[in-house]
This record gives sequence, C-alpha cells and structure tokens, in this order.
Amino acid sequence: MIRLEQDPLPRRAKVLGVYLGVLALAFTLAGAVFAAYGVGPLEAYGTLLEGTLADGQGLAEVLRRTIPLLLIGSGLTLAFRVSFFNIGAEGQLLLGAAAGSAVALFVPSSALSLPLMFLAGAVAGGLWTLPAAWLRARVDVNEILTTLMLNAVAGSLVLYLVSGPWRGEQVQGYTYTDEFPAPAWLPLLGDSLVHWPTLALGAVLAVALQVLLTRTPLGYELRVVGASPRAARYVGMPIPRVVLLTGLLSGGAAGLAGVGEVAGIHHRLLDPSQLSLGYGFTAIIVAWLARGHPALVLLTAPLMGVILAGGDLLKISLNMPFRVIDVFSGLMLLCLIAGESLARYRVRWSP
Amino acid sequence: MIEELLQALARALSFGTPLLLATLGVLVNERAGVVNLGVEGMMAVGALAAFGVASEAESLSLAVGLAMAVGALAALLHGFVTLTLRANAYVSGLALAMLGLGVAGLLGKRYEGAILFEPAPELPFTVAAGVLAVLLWAFLHATRPGLVLRSVGENPAAADVLGVNVVAVRYGAVAFGGALAGLAGAFLSLAYRPAWTDGMTAGLGWIAVALVIFVGWSPLRAVLGSVFFGLLYYLQFRLQDQSHIPTELFAAMPYLLVIVVLALAGLRRTQGSAPAALGRPYHRGER
Repeated sequence: MIRLEQDPLPRRAKVLGVYLGVLALAFTLAGAVFAAYGVGPLEAYGTLLEGTLADGQGLAEVLRRTIPLLLIGSGLTLAFRVSFFNIGAEGQLLLGAAAGSAVALFVPSSALSLPLMFLAGAVAGGLWTLPAAWLRARVDVNEILTTLMLNAVAGSLVLYLVSGPWRGEQVQGYTYTDEFPAPAWLPLLGDSLVHWPTLALGAVLAVALQVLLTRTPLGYELRVVGASPRAARYVGMPIPRVVLLTGLLSGGAAGLAGVGEVAGIHHRLLDPSQLSLGYGFTAIIVAWLARGHPALVLLTAPLMGVILAGGDLLKISLNMPFRVIDVFSGLMLLCLIAGESLARYRVRWSP
Repeated sequence: MIEELLQALARALSFGTPLLLATLGVLVNERAGVVNLGVEGMMAVGALAAFGVASEAESLSLAVGLAMAVGALAALLHGFVTLTLRANAYVSGLALAMLGLGVAGLLGKRYEGAILFEPAPELPFTVAAGVLAVLLWAFLHATRPGLVLRSVGENPAAADVLGVNVVAVRYGAVAFGGALAGLAGAFLSLAYRPAWTDGMTAGLGWIAVALVIFVGWSPLRAVLGSVFFGLLYYLQFRLQDQSHIPTELFAAMPYLLVIVVLALAGLRRTQGSAPAALGRPYHRGER
C-alpha cells in the first residue's frame, strides 16, 4: 500500500521536479487519448507547437488567448488563496461583456467610452459573484456549486439579450448586437488581434494583487482567512467581509476580461458560446499552477494560452472536436492537484 | 384532463430516471463522507460506452454493464487522487467532470448523429431506479454494512477504532457512485434518446449533486426530488411553445432552482443532516 507522510518543508528542487513530472504525465495521457481518437500524439503535439510558437501569427494568437487568462487567472489565484473556489469566471466574464456592451451601445460615445466600459464590466462581473459569495460567507453554502450554476444562468441571460431586446438592427437573422461605435474599439498591436490595453491591464492587475496580498494589512487578513479560518475567527477577523471582497475582486477581474473580448476583438455582444472559449475554466488551471502567487500568473497564463491556441489548431488542421481542450484541462488539473499532494508528502511503500 | 396529468407524470418519471440514478450514486458517496463533483463526466463516458457497445455488439445488457464499469473506473481515478493522494476533492471532481466530457466528446465523434435501431425500453430503468432507492434506504438503515458505511461518513475515527478500513469503504462507495452515474448515462444514450450527441448529459450530473442536499441525504426523498425536477423539465418543454416567456428563462430555470434550493437548505440549516465528516479526508493519527 502507498502511505503518505507529511513533508513540512519540501525542497524547492523536489517541488519543481514533481510539477514537471506531473505535467509530462498529463501530456502523455492526453497523447494516449489522441491516439485512441486516431491522431498520432507526436503529430498532434508537432502541429500544436509549430503553429503556436514557431511563427509570428501563431504567437499573436497565443498572446490574444493570454489576455483573458491573465485577468481571470490573477483574480482566481487570489480567490483560491482565500479558499474561495470561484468556478464561475465564465459567467462573470459574460456579465462583464454584457455590461461593457451596454455602455458601448446605449451611452453616447466619447473619449470616456472605454474607461466606462471597463468600469461597468468590472462592477457587473463582481456583482455576479455576490449571491455565491454571500451564501458562502453567511450560510456556508458551497460556492463551487453556486458559481457553476450562475455560469449557466449568465449564458441564458446573454443569449436572451442578443436574441431579444439587444438584437442588432443592421443584421438580419443573426444573434448579435449592432457593431459598437469606433470610440468603443480597443487599439490592436499591428495587424494582430492583440488588444494591448487589456494586456497591460492584466499585467498590472497581476502585480497589484501580488502586492495587495503580500504587502498590505488587508492582504495579511486574506492570507490568514485562507490558511486557517479558525485562527482568523479566533483573533476576530471579519471572515464574511473578506470572502465577499474576494468574490467581488475575482469576479471583477473576469468582468474586465469580458470587456476586453468585446471591445478588442468582436466589437459587438454575441452568442455566449462564441464569446468565451472556456477562458473561465482554463483560468482555474492558470491559477492552480500559480500556487497562490498572482504575479506568477504572468508565466502560467501564456502557458495555457499556448494550449488554447493549440487546441484551436488541432480543431482546424486535424479536424478534431472542440472537446480536445476539455481533455487537456481535465488531465492537467487532475495531475496538478495530485502533484501538489506528492510535493507536500513523502511517499512511502508499506507492506 | 386526467389523461394530460397522467402524461405529465409519465414524462416526469422518464426525465427523473437518470436524475434519480445519479442522485442515489452521489448519496452513497456522500454518506461515506466523500464528495465527487465529477458526476457529469462519469455520465458522459457511461453514455458513450453504452452507445458504442450497443451499436457494435448489439447487446443491450452488455452495453449497460460496460457503462457501469466505465463509470466506476472513472470514479476510482477520483478515489485514487483524493483518498490515496489526499488531493482536494472538489477540484478533483471538477477535473473529472471536464475530463469525462472531453474524452466522451472526442472519442464519441465517430458516433455523432448515429442512431440505435433497437433502443432499450425506458420502463426497466425507471423501475430499477425506484427499487434501488428502496433497497438503498433499507441497506443504509437496517443492515450492518449500511451502518458501517454511515459511520465512516459520520465519524471515521471511531469507525477506524472499531476495526473498519475507512479508506476501503470509501473506495467502495466511490466506485458504486460511479457505476450508478454510468448507468444514468446508459439510460440517456440507450433509451431516453437512443443516439449519441456531445453534451447530451445536459447538466443533469450537476443537478444530481445539488439534489442530494435538497433531499437531505435520504434515498426515499430522492425519489420525490427527482420526480419534481423531472416535472420541471417537462414543463420547460411544454410551456415553451405556449407562452410569451422567453425560452432562455426556462433553460435557466433548473440552475436558478438549484441555487434557491441550496440557499434555502443553508438558511434553514438542513445541512445539519449532512454526514458530519462530508468532504473531510481521513488520515489515521492526524487531526
């Protein structure tokens, strides 16, 4: 039988080794699934790497996918540090996108349009976590279930808006809104789809949340509540307030990502299934990999950006279904949490 | 009028069947103290396995058996990661849900759009689910193994002192839960809609997770709970073409209801009836 003993201070080399090992395992297992589907794993990974890292257009695609992952991921890293398992970033992104679109479509456009859109998106995304955060803080309802359910509700809401009251007049028969006026468009990097202001916003947020967490009294409270709610209660820390704040911050970050997508790429609100490509779920892995340090998301978001952009390539050039991303995500997440255990414990064989 | 009511009830029972099967699986898991959010993924691989076997080997009983085995196997993966490696059960379950949906969607592509020429009848599944609920109730409350299972979920340390192998019991409960999720999937792809389509589990697995809380971890109340949700699904389709209420509201209804149910359960503190050690890993000699 396998027995585990606590390893209170694992060596850094061991932690790194374990993580590289489990990532390799995840890729091997995903390769096995590809083989069962009928695509050689080497062919799949070759296509994935060549199309993402080996040419300029591919790199731009990776960067474009990195933007929402950066924003959502740094918010989720903070939330996970506080043990608030926000699985609802997908819905919070949609709500942010809808609020940003409302500003773009219904508020007279000016130089203030874009800042207002981001503000509205952050507020809407944050508020969308409020029911889940409140229920968790006040009556101890599991937030994983509530945030997940709110994803489905948000999807229905956006679908209703784009096919009902907000449906565009310029387009016939499509479920999206009219195009935003020009002041609501984000500038792009060259002829790519990289909306750099959102990218900068994501980088700044990652660093800012890191500073908040490690250098401020509030960050200290967050860390204590996350590490030991009992200790936090004992010293009289306002746990419900901390949980609510964490929900608002992580939801707000996802809302910003939603505004980036509509203002940077689509220039209209559209069908929820085309608006987010699983960013909310992929960002969970981004956050888990960052191990509680929002600044580390600057490394882990591009890594998952490669996977998302690569998944797109597999879909197009090898004609694979979009579920390949779920295979990657599920395996990575499973291997990562197993790896976290392996790093924290010493494995012993006992007869 | 009577006829219409009977028809509504019949459809509610049919909609409620996969829900009841999956719910009973989650219920046994949780009575043993284990949380597994991967139901949706286990249902998806079960549905695909059943459909694949039924269309290649044309044996319905083999299809059902294999769906249950595949569901149990997927659940054991969760068991290994959470019970042996002691990883976070909530995240592991979420990963299993993604993985199951992903694998089923990928490997099922070759069956997309195919239909089963000899679909399985719905009734045996519905009857089996109802009988199972009664049997499980009797098992949990009137037999010694049932008592052992409950004690592992309520107070693993005490069970351990009495010589119960806590981890082994939990592994067994997890495998059973997976097998029932697989069976629920088989109902969907063999009987309810004798075809394979990606995403045909349609969130039922998540509703099952919430339904267990709603029914207070009681197998008998699970029957009523799944018929109620079944009725809701029926109404969703029935009212869609008859009213001016946007269809999206009906689509969102089950999810909204789950949130309301969880909120009410929280506010009324019925979570007091939850197994005391639910979601808490047990390690001998550690507190």
